[in-house]
Amino acid sequence: MLEVRNLSKRFGGLKAVTDASLDVPEGSIVGLLGPNGAGKTTCFTMIAGFTKADEGTVRFQGKDITGLAPHSICALGMIRTFQIVQPFAGLTVQENIAVGAYLHHHDRREAMSVAREVGKRLGMGAMLDRPASSLTIAGRKRLELARALATGAKLLLLDEVMAGLIPSEITEIVGIIRKIRDEGHTFLMIEHVMQAVMQLAETAYVLNQGKMIAHGTPRELVKDPSVVEAYLGHGAAARLQEENHA
Amino acid sequence: MRPQSIGQIALIAAALAYLFGVYFASSPVWMGFTINALIVAVVALSWNITGGFGGLSSFGHAALYGTGAYASAILQVKYGVNAWVGFGAGILAGALMGVFIGALAFRYGLRGSYFALVTLAFAEVLRICASSFDFTGGGSGLQLTLAPGVANLQFNDRTIAYTALLVVVAVVMGLTAFIKYSRFGAYLIAVRENEDAARALGIDTYKIKVQAMAISGAFGGLAGVLYLQLWLFIDSNVVYGSAVSIEALIGPIIGGAGTIWGPLLGTLGLHLLGEGAKHLLPNAPGLNFVLYAIVLICALRFLPNGLVGLAGKLGTFKKKEDDNA
Repeated sequence: MLEVRNLSKRFGGLKAVTDASLDVPEGSIVGLLGPNGAGKTTCFTMIAGFTKADEGTVRFQGKDITGLAPHSICALGMIRTFQIVQPFAGLTVQENIAVGAYLHHHDRREAMSVAREVGKRLGMGAMLDRPASSLTIAGRKRLELARALATGAKLLLLDEVMAGLIPSEITEIVGIIRKIRDEGHTFLMIEHVMQAVMQLAETAYVLNQGKMIAHGTPRELVKDPSVVEAYLGHGAAARLQEENHA
Repeated sequence: MRPQSIGQIALIAAALAYLFGVYFASSPVWMGFTINALIVAVVALSWNITGGFGGLSSFGHAALYGTGAYASAILQVKYGVNAWVGFGAGILAGALMGVFIGALAFRYGLRGSYFALVTLAFAEVLRICASSFDFTGGGSGLQLTLAPGVANLQFNDRTIAYTALLVVVAVVMGLTAFIKYSRFGAYLIAVRENEDAARALGIDTYKIKVQAMAISGAFGGLAGVLYLQLWLFIDSNVVYGSAVSIEALIGPIIGGAGTIWGPLLGTLGLHLLGEGAKHLLPNAPGLNFVLYAIVLICALRFLPNGLVGLAGKLGTFKKKEDDNA
């Protein structure tokens, strides 16, 4: 569904992303992992059209979308969420979701009813009339997801949707994401919370210092020496191995 | 646009009572004064579209107002065009000026104070141009020939002019309500609240902002034409002067930016205050602007949502249970 080939981006002398490629098959949940500063969010901004890639191509459903503006990409059915949640503070929860729904429903009544229905599906039925600014972090993360879904997007790029949540909230949102996937959506998610990645993602890519260093199932990846070293430092894998044998 | 509280109903009722009461005022001064306030209210409603809903605070709405007034005046004086055609042309010219300023400013991603400065500069440049060229009447301005009659959009009878103005204000407020509750309005508010999130949700933010400038420009041009038709004379300082730009933004901010009633309520309140000050201290012309500044500072500090926001907190209705939730 999504094919990213040899994406590169440099900011001045800093190579933020070099030659990153990844594939997201339809109906799957794919993780994008990596330590802080690895270039994950930069990858996302390039895929979603927020920054222009220096090199490389992005194809969505077979169509080349490299360099398209974010709103055009969204209209095609791919949407990103933000790591730092961005609710429209002056609007109610339902109106917030409706902003997403307006993409394909021009009539206010229709958009509002789509928003209500999406909100309920994500367990936000009781909060619909509350101002978005009154939501907790967990509520805002859900709102971010609801707004994205209301656009009718098929592929959702989630940027650390679990960050800052307590374990019980993570369990809830993991259940919600799985439910949405089963309804026919596809996910590419940046995630630090390994519990969530292990439970959700079928495959994952690991980015370190702007390069893709590994690809596999989450279970394979946590055993991969290069991944362990990326997170814990040079030589860490060998030391761990020794300790295990000792 | 249902009022949210008893406070808001009271505020709106007071304004309507005042506007109706003007018909019975013994002195014609009141009507003249209120006519002026209503013209400013239309500019305030124009500012409210971009500044209130879109968060694009312009400091130069005189550019739109003056362009509307000058377009109609030039057509009428220099080309002998009918006042009604001039009326339409003024609205169109205002909208085009809005698109022009918006397209340029947003093309280069100007926001916040940078946008404010650029709009201010546009208004000033236009003011200087209008006072320099013969085409625009230069320093002596343009004067319409007195020819009362509906065909020429001129009214001898102040009562009729006043009624016509009330209708125009009501129509502009109705359009504002329509915009607020439309897809376009929701997009505009989304742009105000968070432009990046808006882009991610499929909103072409550049297009939305330029469209907002077009609508705002049409309203601003309309206000300029109204001024021209009521006073039959314009010059560059009157219609392109910064006083217009200031009055355009101060009313909505005090009344409640991004609301339907705020611009009218704020403008009426301010003008009443300014007029009162004039009568109390007749030897201090310009004092009303000092007063405006004080009120503006107090409003920014104590009334972040303006009079409408304050009234909204007084006597709120008990929220009725949502049966579908």
